[in-house]
Amino acid sequence: MAKQLIKGNEAIVKGAILAGCRFYFGYPITPASEIAEAAAYYMPLVGGTFLQGESEVASIQMLYGAASGGVRCMTASSSPGISLKQEGISYSAGSELPLVLIDIMRGGPGLGNIAPEQGDYNQMVKGGGHGNYKLIVLAPNCAQEMCDLTMLAFELADKYRNPAVILADGFIGQMMEPVEFPAPVTELPDKPWAIHVDKNDETRLICSIELEPEVLEAHNRHLQEKYAEAEKNEVRFEEYRIDGADFVLVGYGVVSRVLQTTVDLLRDQGHRVGLLRPITLWPFPGKRIVELTGSVNSFMVVELSNGQMVDDVRLAVNGKKPVHFYNRMGGMVPSPEEIADQAVKFLED
Amino acid sequence: MAEKVLTKAASFYDVYERKSGAHDVTHYCPGCGHGVLHKLIAEAIDDFGIRDQTIFISPVGCSVFAYYYFRVGNIQVAHGRAPAVATGIKRTHPESIVISYQGDGDLAAIGGNNILQAANRGEKITVFFINNAIYGMTGGQMAPTTLIGQRTTTTPRGRTVANEGFPLKMCELISTLESPIYVERVALTDPKNTSKVRRAVRKALRNQIENKGFSFVEVLSACPSGWKMTSVQAKQWMVDNLLPQFPLAVFKDVSKEIEPSERSKVVFSTENVNELLNIPSEENIRTDIPKPLTEHQNPRIILAGFGGQGILMLGLGLAQAGMQAGYHVSWIPSYGPEMRGGTANCHVILSEERIGSPTVSRPTVLVAMNLPSLEKFESQVEPGGLIIYDTSLINQSPKRKDVNVLGIPATEMADNLGNTRIANMIVLGAYIAYTGIMPKDVVVDALPIFIKHKKLIPLNVQAIEKGMAFVDKNNGHA
Repeated sequence: MAKQLIKGNEAIVKGAILAGCRFYFGYPITPASEIAEAAAYYMPLVGGTFLQGESEVASIQMLYGAASGGVRCMTASSSPGISLKQEGISYSAGSELPLVLIDIMRGGPGLGNIAPEQGDYNQMVKGGGHGNYKLIVLAPNCAQEMCDLTMLAFELADKYRNPAVILADGFIGQMMEPVEFPAPVTELPDKPWAIHVDKNDETRLICSIELEPEVLEAHNRHLQEKYAEAEKNEVRFEEYRIDGADFVLVGYGVVSRVLQTTVDLLRDQGHRVGLLRPITLWPFPGKRIVELTGSVNSFMVVELSNGQMVDDVRLAVNGKKPVHFYNRMGGMVPSPEEIADQAVKFLED
Repeated sequence: MAEKVLTKAASFYDVYERKSGAHDVTHYCPGCGHGVLHKLIAEAIDDFGIRDQTIFISPVGCSVFAYYYFRVGNIQVAHGRAPAVATGIKRTHPESIVISYQGDGDLAAIGGNNILQAANRGEKITVFFINNAIYGMTGGQMAPTTLIGQRTTTTPRGRTVANEGFPLKMCELISTLESPIYVERVALTDPKNTSKVRRAVRKALRNQIENKGFSFVEVLSACPSGWKMTSVQAKQWMVDNLLPQFPLAVFKDVSKEIEPSERSKVVFSTENVNELLNIPSEENIRTDIPKPLTEHQNPRIILAGFGGQGILMLGLGLAQAGMQAGYHVSWIPSYGPEMRGGTANCHVILSEERIGSPTVSRPTVLVAMNLPSLEKFESQVEPGGLIIYDTSLINQSPKRKDVNVLGIPATEMADNLGNTRIANMIVLGAYIAYTGIMPKDVVVDALPIFIKHKKLIPLNVQAIEKGMAFVDKNNGHA
């Protein structure tokens, strides 16, 4: 076995290149800049292109162009930069362009700070841009997954002709952990719809405008069918000590790492506690939560936000069991002990 | 000649099927310049034989539906972003001919920065800029190029300098940049000027065919509907008002000075990709490392000191060697609120199980390299844990009685080795000797990975040995 101790942010770039991505367009922002820096270093080495765009607004449009040309391409940013990219994200979803976006979330709103937060759940999972679209959103919680889920993001983006997102936080980005890199993808999927600079291009059109309401409705129906297909096939989650649990913690990203330790602490105290970690935030593992509702007494959602994913948990639980919520914001990350204390309070209520 | 005028260019679709309504006419108003410019471009594409290489970018504005007509690769884009999209597709397909066709609101207002930056990067694209001094598509609002005094729906009393400033002159702006190779303003007024437009279109395309650089052609054009005039009045208004404000000229042309070159395709390759990415290929994880005593297993470590003492490097060394020794490991630098307070610190976990929280709230090991670090973290150490501290810099002992303590004059020992900065490796040696978490050879194997200056490796090995010897000499307890 050959492993490399590596920062999550750098593992993303290596994973992307192994997935066949050769085009990076981005704008620097803390705490995501290592991604741009690693891409600037590695892309030209592997025959690819790194270009620092004039803005987030422009960078996502450069991806729009690159994805139109059928290549695997990516950008990375952090929360305020993602807000700026929303225009291009909506257009890319409308024009059905596969591209990969990395969001290393930081504190907000506004300029906020550069510490880890999870306040972008809504703008990525619920759609921060206009229109009836969904993004495929993957939430890694370790350096290995920063690589693996980035590779998966390219695969899913192409499979569904849709933007895919890695939603991580400053913690997972800055942390170093061992990564075992998979073999490079050598065969990329055919994209007959993309502009290939050949005689068939006259039949190809990348477009998000449609003036006829009937036609635009049909396009929207098509998008919804595609999303339904993804919901059927692509839900991913991980469970930890959930067997026999009557109290289930739910969290993603760095929080799920803290919650793993919290589960051990609470189990040591004799509480029957387990952890559900959504890996795909969209499609959300709501069905699994519905199943758990049968056997579990209550849930506790922990987020580094004002409570955004908790809405999806509550929708799935549908009032059948209590859903408790605990959060920190502004860059504060709770300790396992802090969460365990809070959980015990909920358990004793 | 007469025959050519009556024949539709092959670079137009035979039937405009993408268009709703009548499929044999364009959506442009009578007297509008777009149709003429479209025709000049399509004929040039025909004549250059580049139809299967051309990618036409349709922006927001009256030409948003250019893809109804041009029988080429078509990309319809967001308002103002055509130059950014053109950049993306041109960089992925340098063999293509990319045309960014933009109106004045699109190019000079909302996309002002996008066009300037693409021009300044010298993107090898061709930009056609239709300037009719008004927003046509949305019903006649003010454009950045609207003339002073000109009435539009958003300047109902006429544009004023006081409120809206002067009309933006894009050719003049862009020609100040170093990268563009050709910048010209032409006008669709009379046949003579129209033939100049034809020449400019062809020159701008040829520049791209020959892979020379960024070409920008501004085309003054009538908008009878927006100006609320007849076609004849509109043509006269252009001559009387637009031309004096926007003089026709070649603002820049260095295209002759540039040698033509091949437009080559990007080739996707995975050759040597692992090597290029510096991904290790050889087995580097040991499975034969004996476990330490229970009290030293699965350490959660906080390492802290002044910036410059090599604290992060010490943590990195522990994590790298720990990984090679077969442990699950995590390393995280001080981050968030922890960054304040005058200490540099990092958290390292070595574990036989998958690691949960990578942050350490209750360390089993504290390495304190200065007094503030000891004071800050001492109380957090788990009972039965270990505090290692540098007695050269910390002149008081830890107060805790329920933990093991290893004091080592690391800085003094480093000075004796001739390099103060090596104190971190002395501590690393002391830690592995005290706990038996891993043997020296694993750490030595790991050194080249995290120490950049290879010539410093022997000194680092020496320091690790000194640290280990110190612990051995003191029977593990200083």
